[in-house]
Amino acid sequence: MKNTFAKRIIPCLDIKDGRVVKGVNFVGLKDAGDPVAVAKRYNDEGADEITFLDITASVEKRETIVDILEKVAQEVFIPLTVGGGIRTLDDIYRLLKVGCDKISINSHAIRNPNFIDDAATRFGSSTMVVAIDAKKTGDSWHVFINGGRIDTGLDALAWAKEAESRGAGEILLTSMDCDGVKNGYDLALTATMSQMLGIPVIASGGAGKKEHIRDAFLNHADAALAASIFHFQEIEILDLKRYLQEEGIAVRL
Amino acid sequence: MITLIDYNMGNLRSVQNAFTKLGVSIEVTQDPQKLAKADKVILPGVGAFGDAMLSLRSNGMGEAITEFARSGKPLLGICLGMQLLLESGEEFGSHKGLGLIPGKVVAFDTALFAQKLKVPHMGWNELFVQKSSPLFAGLPKDFYLYFVHSFHATCKEEYVIGKSFYGYEFVSAIAKDNIYGLQPHPEKSHENGLAILKNFIRM
Repeated sequence: MKNTFAKRIIPCLDIKDGRVVKGVNFVGLKDAGDPVAVAKRYNDEGADEITFLDITASVEKRETIVDILEKVAQEVFIPLTVGGGIRTLDDIYRLLKVGCDKISINSHAIRNPNFIDDAATRFGSSTMVVAIDAKKTGDSWHVFINGGRIDTGLDALAWAKEAESRGAGEILLTSMDCDGVKNGYDLALTATMSQMLGIPVIASGGAGKKEHIRDAFLNHADAALAASIFHFQEIEILDLKRYLQEEGIAVRL
Repeated sequence: MITLIDYNMGNLRSVQNAFTKLGVSIEVTQDPQKLAKADKVILPGVGAFGDAMLSLRSNGMGEAITEFARSGKPLLGICLGMQLLLESGEEFGSHKGLGLIPGKVVAFDTALFAQKLKVPHMGWNELFVQKSSPLFAGLPKDFYLYFVHSFHATCKEEYVIGKSFYGYEFVSAIAKDNIYGLQPHPEKSHENGLAILKNFIRM
């Protein structure tokens, strides 16, 4: 029996006020802004997991993310992760209760590191993803918050290690330098962090072509997350997976 | 009626959703007496072995499951629910399981891994069918399913219906007569998972 454990491909949907944003132009979707329709599409195309990032600004409209995930979970039978604006154990509970599998926390965990311990104790480590937005600062990477505007001064590798020891089950690692540039993931950061940790690292930020995703996997990423390349169908998930398989990387086909 | 046991070990909504998608309504219960009237029973579960057994023993659910298993009607354990079907588990100390299938639950022994891998085993991996089973009817001889676990079953070959490879070969599906257990989560395993649940409905 050979190693068949698959590297995961994770499309990410940015959700604002209940709609998928960042522009989606899926062919054949009547409503390309409907999160349920987009999630179903990704599911059909072979996504291994789907991540929803809630970027809704107003507190009143936050409840819509729970409704959305409830509907998605009735149609899509792969793991679902939600992040953005998670601040309480009750926020997590309500999302898990409707059928979400993992919850991603970011700035709230930085301000209140004990929240990772509390959430992991209550819901299990495999449920808790800690998202880290990292930016090269001198010879190291610092953790940034507020969409890359605020430098927390924390060392990204040290923070990842702390998150793991506090019970995080996975790290979603976004390179603020590479995000949106489509010139590839930050391979040095991904490789260093992934080899240092005993929990999976999801590489995020920078995917522009298939080779970038292959390179992330060759540099020890356990999963690769991307948004725009999948939204605009620059890369079809199925084609990507066939390519990765030809390159000798185990994928679920 | 398919009855899903709720014993406060993890969320059941995804399992319910999967059956709803397949056009079958299922009953979710915390009441051991409901098992007597069930046609099929599912024991799900996410969490620690010892806590789960404590919870099953607190209200007679453990005995009710054993009683149901004797009826010859299909019983399916998923993830931790599969592990509980065995005789014992070694998670945070040694705990007695339901003992419906001979065998025990052990931690992944990373010292034996052929390559460096992370534990828990979390993600998509293949199940290699070891023996024909109605659970796998219509499925290929190996196929991908979604796993999340740090412990796995060990038992005699006669009870093994599926194996997977993570660092080494381990038992990922078991069966004895009318009792079935799956380490992966069929409710999170896309079409292959739904096919397994459909097979369970047809039993």
